[in-house]
Amino acid sequence: MRIAADRERCASAGMCALTAPGVFDQDDEDGRVLVLNAEPEAGDAEEAADAVGLCPSGALTVTEP
Amino acid sequence: MIPLETDSEDLPEGMPYLRETRHDPPAALLALQDRPLRRMKYYPDGAEGWLVTGYAESRRILSDPRFVTGERFVRSPTELPHFFVSSSEHVPPGFFFFTDPPDHTRLRRKITGALTLKRMKDLGPRITDIVDDSIAALRDAGSGADLMREFGLPVPSLVICEMLGVPYADRDRFQRTSNDIFDQVLPVERRSEAAAELFAYVRELVPAKRTDPGADMLSALAADDDLTDDEAAGIGMILLLGGHETTANMFGLGTLALLEHPDQLARLRAEPELMEGAVEELLRYLTVAHAGMMRIVKEDAEIDGRLLRAGEYITVAPHAANRDPARFDRPNEFDVGRDAQGHIAFGHGVHQCVGQQLARVEMRIGFARLLAAFPGLRLAVPPEEIPLRTGMFIYGVDSLPVAW
Ligand code: HEM
Ligand code: HEM
Ligand code: SF4
Repeated sequence: MRIAADRERCASAGMCALTAPGVFDQDDEDGRVLVLNAEPEAGDAEEAADAVGLCPSGALTVTEP
Repeated sequence: MIPLETDSEDLPEGMPYLRETRHDPPAALLALQDRPLRRMKYYPDGAEGWLVTGYAESRRILSDPRFVTGERFVRSPTELPHFFVSSSEHVPPGFFFFTDPPDHTRLRRKITGALTLKRMKDLGPRITDIVDDSIAALRDAGSGADLMREFGLPVPSLVICEMLGVPYADRDRFQRTSNDIFDQVLPVERRSEAAAELFAYVRELVPAKRTDPGADMLSALAADDDLTDDEAAGIGMILLLGGHETTANMFGLGTLALLEHPDQLARLRAEPELMEGAVEELLRYLTVAHAGMMRIVKEDAEIDGRLLRAGEYITVAPHAANRDPARFDRPNEFDVGRDAQGHIAFGHGVHQCVGQQLARVEMRIGFARLLAAFPGLRLAVPPEEIPLRTGMFIYGVDSLPVAW
């Protein structure tokens, strides 16, 4: 699976880091999303898919299943 | 061209807000769940707009930039008077809750760096100290004491004061004014006075924060060249208000819900690892921000084949959406073991609660320590005698006498 994050849309809500801590983090500057692992596998991929659905701002997308 | 639909002759008049039970949304509201997006009439002028009770529909609307908040609201979705009767004069500068992107984005990003999940986890030990001090105060007050007064209100107030750098000793000035702002039953004049008082209070603190800064959020806002002092004060005010009232009500109402569901309480005591999920379930089941999230249609938009016209009002009922049977099994059951993630108790879209990771940490620690400290926690009065905050923006209990 491949994940992309649009930092311009990100609302820094932290749902991604909460849901998939192995895949996402937030930066220290203004809390916007940082992708730690753009090609998550197995459990991380499941959590990442949940995070994509939960993100309130539509900043996250799955670019390859 | 999609015709402007009318549902039927008898449109609901406003969003029902009077509750029959302590924990459930009004029956009249849940009765409207059969149509997740429907037209309704608004008080006080009877103009028509939209009511959203469905989960999927709520998420779509709250995350769609065609539905905005920055316009001034003059209509209330309940028969209670609306705060912004006619003018924008009550909205303080920097108060980004009522702004839209790009201004909203600029202002919101001034504080999001200080509220990340990581930072909130680092605050854990300090929050634990504050929680334990409040538990000690509750114990000292003796069996029969008010949990809201000794624990529910002090914990989030102390935490947000420390983060912002606002003296807790001044709490009389902000707890009463916040309460008045959120009290929909008070005359609108009193509520706008209270908003002005609260703004003036935070505004007074700003110059000193610049000349003599501390390691707190208000000092960082005051030092930011990109913000006027008024904007810094407006952002400080939104955090002070949002930071204590909501979490406090989750503590009061959440404790009541646990005590009234002894099987769930016993399960949570026996399996403390359920706490994280239990907090999400409490958020879903209770949805204390029950006044309805309002948006205005900026440009004509089609949702599920229906035309929402520019200028029309939309009220999303998150407490109904969080009980949508299409999304949650047995939605009206409180179940600490369920997966409640995805609930919209913190809203959705760009305004989704900026303090949610703080609130989560406060609630996880707060409920865990409270239950551990009082193995025999129980209500000190019959549940029917607990005063409920039906007419408040944020639902909850006024007081919660407990024994142990
Ligand atoms: C945790 C943060 C907050 C929550 C959950 C919350 C919740 C709500 C909700 C659900 C509404 C109803 C409609 C809408 O979305 O516009 C509302 C309106 C309003 N809120 Fe808040 N709010 C929060 C923060 C604040 C703050 C910080 C203030 C500070 C003054 C505030 C003042 C108001 C006012 C003045 C209204 C309009 C009320 C009326 O016209 O009667 N809110 N709020
Ligand atoms: C359990 C506790 C809380 C609940 C249920 C809650 C709920 C909400 C909801 C529903 C909204 C969105 C309102 C809308 O879209 O119209 C919101 C926004 C907001 N909340 Fe919270 N909140 C809580 C705790 C906090 C805390 C602890 C803080 C402060 C640190 C806070 C600060 C805010 C602010 C500033 C906003 C406005 C965000 C924006 O407009 O971008 N809230 N909250
Ligand atoms: S969940 Fe979405 S909005 Fe929130 S921090 Fe992650 S990417 Fe940003």
